[in-house]
Amino acid sequence: MATEILMPALSPTMEEGTLAKWLVKEGDTVASGDILAEIETDKATMEFEAVDEGTIGKIIVSEGTEGVKVNSPIAVLLEEGENADDIETTEQSTPVPEPLDGPEGRADPAPAATAAPSEEDVPKSNASPDWPEGTEMVTQTVREALRDAMAEEMRADDNVFIMGEEVAEYQGAYKITQNMLEEFGDRRVIDTPITEHGFAGIGVGAAFGGLRPIVEFMTFNFAMQAIDQIINSAAKTLYMSGGQMGCPIVFRGPNGAAARVAAQHSQDYAAWYASVPGLKVVQPYSAADAKGLLKSAIRDPNPVIFLENEILYGRSFDVPKLDDFTIPFGKARIWREGKDVTIVSWGIGMTYALEAAEKLSEEGIDAEVIDLRTLRPVDYDTVLASVMKTNRCVTVEEGFPVASFSDHIASTIMQRAFDYLDAPVITCTGKDVPMPYAANLEKLALTSVPEVIEAVKKVTYR
Amino acid sequence: MAARRSAAKAKPNVSADELKQYYRDMLLIRRFEEKAGQLYGMGLIGGFCHLYIGQEAVVVGLEAAAKDGDKRVTSYRDHGHMLACGMDPKGVMAELTGREGGYSKGKGGSMHMFSREKHFYGGHGIVAAQVPIGAGLAFADKYKGNDNVTFTYFGDGAANQGQVYETYNMAELWDLPCIFVIENNQYAMGTSTKRSTKSPSYWERGAAYGIEGEEVDGMDVLAVKAAGEKAVAYCRAGKGPYILEVKTYRYRGHSMSDPAKYRTRDEVQKMRDERDAIEMVRQMLLTGDHATEDDLKAIDKEIKEIVNESAEFAKESPEPDESELWTDIYAEELPQGEAV
Repeated sequence: MATEILMPALSPTMEEGTLAKWLVKEGDTVASGDILAEIETDKATMEFEAVDEGTIGKIIVSEGTEGVKVNSPIAVLLEEGENADDIETTEQSTPVPEPLDGPEGRADPAPAATAAPSEEDVPKSNASPDWPEGTEMVTQTVREALRDAMAEEMRADDNVFIMGEEVAEYQGAYKITQNMLEEFGDRRVIDTPITEHGFAGIGVGAAFGGLRPIVEFMTFNFAMQAIDQIINSAAKTLYMSGGQMGCPIVFRGPNGAAARVAAQHSQDYAAWYASVPGLKVVQPYSAADAKGLLKSAIRDPNPVIFLENEILYGRSFDVPKLDDFTIPFGKARIWREGKDVTIVSWGIGMTYALEAAEKLSEEGIDAEVIDLRTLRPVDYDTVLASVMKTNRCVTVEEGFPVASFSDHIASTIMQRAFDYLDAPVITCTGKDVPMPYAANLEKLALTSVPEVIEAVKKVTYR
Repeated sequence: MAARRSAAKAKPNVSADELKQYYRDMLLIRRFEEKAGQLYGMGLIGGFCHLYIGQEAVVVGLEAAAKDGDKRVTSYRDHGHMLACGMDPKGVMAELTGREGGYSKGKGGSMHMFSREKHFYGGHGIVAAQVPIGAGLAFADKYKGNDNVTFTYFGDGAANQGQVYETYNMAELWDLPCIFVIENNQYAMGTSTKRSTKSPSYWERGAAYGIEGEEVDGMDVLAVKAAGEKAVAYCRAGKGPYILEVKTYRYRGHSMSDPAKYRTRDEVQKMRDERDAIEMVRQMLLTGDHATEDDLKAIDKEIKEIVNESAEFAKESPEPDESELWTDIYAEELPQGEAV
């Protein structure tokens, strides 16, 4: 059967083009791959090759013709045994494939960042005790809690291993992996060379291959070298594979400002990672949360960004003495109940939030303090239920102010609880400057307890 | 040019059936890609579409050296790799058209396809990102103590990326069973290796990391197979990674919108006329009396039918349901089918 050769689309945006030159004439025999014509598109002049073999029976569109629509017939190809008389003129009747829906063809508006509940869905607090009443507690540092979480999970599952710079023989740059090499050996506690991009990618490949890697970054500042593997390879592959390929991996390490290490070692990346679908993002404050959430992270079938803080590593907290203690993602913790204002924070921001709340109570202001604990998924309902009660909200974090996670919380409150607000939400964040080295400037660059107190007074009109 | 160590001279004994199989497998890729180009021209395939025409002997030769359980990962020029490892042409073509019946349910497209069943780990759109991933797959096999190897394919363009060398270092340090296959088709998009790379012999760079390797004639499927078998044996024996720099040639543009201004038409035509991998096997079959013209015509016909069926399927399969927008972002549990 004679085949029509159609005007090809030679770029994603091409709708029509100029048939600049024919390189074959009627009667020529062509094989697949032979160049038939030169076509000028909106971008360039390109060669157009034959797909099938045969004889050029008829040239429909002569060279030099401009504005030839994509998919209109430009020539007819005859198969073996056919001749030009077999050509039926179908120029007008060729069905043009329906254009596929491009992004502009989709009428649906972009849904809100959260699956927004309907009006009648009044948010209810998810906060509940994380362990049974009467559980024996032990005092532990965040550092010890993190180590115990990893060690417990490694004892339970041989597929769990840890790799990173100085995690083995050095016992961890921040001593998080202390004694792990002794217990698990160098098959499972692996020192890497200083090559974040490479070992993050090897971790992703190992996760595709059925293992459950924990990749430690000495700090998340250095994960910038590896962020392509984290975002493009780890976070997106489940979706791009239509659900076939999981990537169960934990990227963890200290994040945010430490002390006097200046701009390149002091950034909080929470908002960056929290903006990426496919990642889960954890930023714990207490030792109990660090332990329970890290165990959940290691068991999670998705890539988890686990943001620790160097300043918090040495802080001690009560940790429940339980054989297998985990904390689920997406469940905030109410550290302090109050009725006058909601202070929302997470990670090291909680140190400012709790201290400010303590001081405010001395002045008769009763603040409710919520620790989000995980930023993706995030427990919107506990925040919204609290704001609907207090009608005021202040957020506290150390990250940069522009496009911060605080902004996301503020906008969610505005969209879902606008009528309940008696004042604008105020976000207390780090300042919009690279972190300075000088001690006095560094202090100014972070948020502070007085700033939080001032913000609370502003929203409570005191 | 540096001294070359190549297994290309030591051609393996190959049966007529095997030869016919390679002919068939290479032809499937070529015809499939020609059809993909055609569907692109009709607007049925969108975005980027990188065809593998000209390079067929690379994947067919290396797959001939693989065993069940071996893994493979590659870049965005991935259709040939998928067909060569036995993935269904219908599922691949339907992914190209962005349909429900595609390997990624239409959510990945030409550059992002996967098959747990066939141990094909993508399909990666970021140049060289698949290199550490391939080493990581090999890491997993070594960790589990099996003797599988991973074929990690990348191009001459990717070969200048830093993460390749980070990976070389760790792969050799940890003796990972990873075969780094550099598909040197001589052009990174429109930049010839001569214009991008001071030292033209990519495989020799392995020496800086202690990795063995060799250059292979990528237009000769038997030479590729022989080199592949050598590399596989080396890796399976636990000796660590191996580099194969396979010299090949891409007949078509980098992607569909390639103005072809960076090389001459004569250069392309000369490769097609004188070095074509499929034609070479065809001549071997005919001159060796392993097959008649009619036998080959029958294969051609069979392939044409498979490709046409895949195109029909890819046109008829519906677009993904709109609810698919919100699925596969997070896994509730690990996808089933252990990747071992």
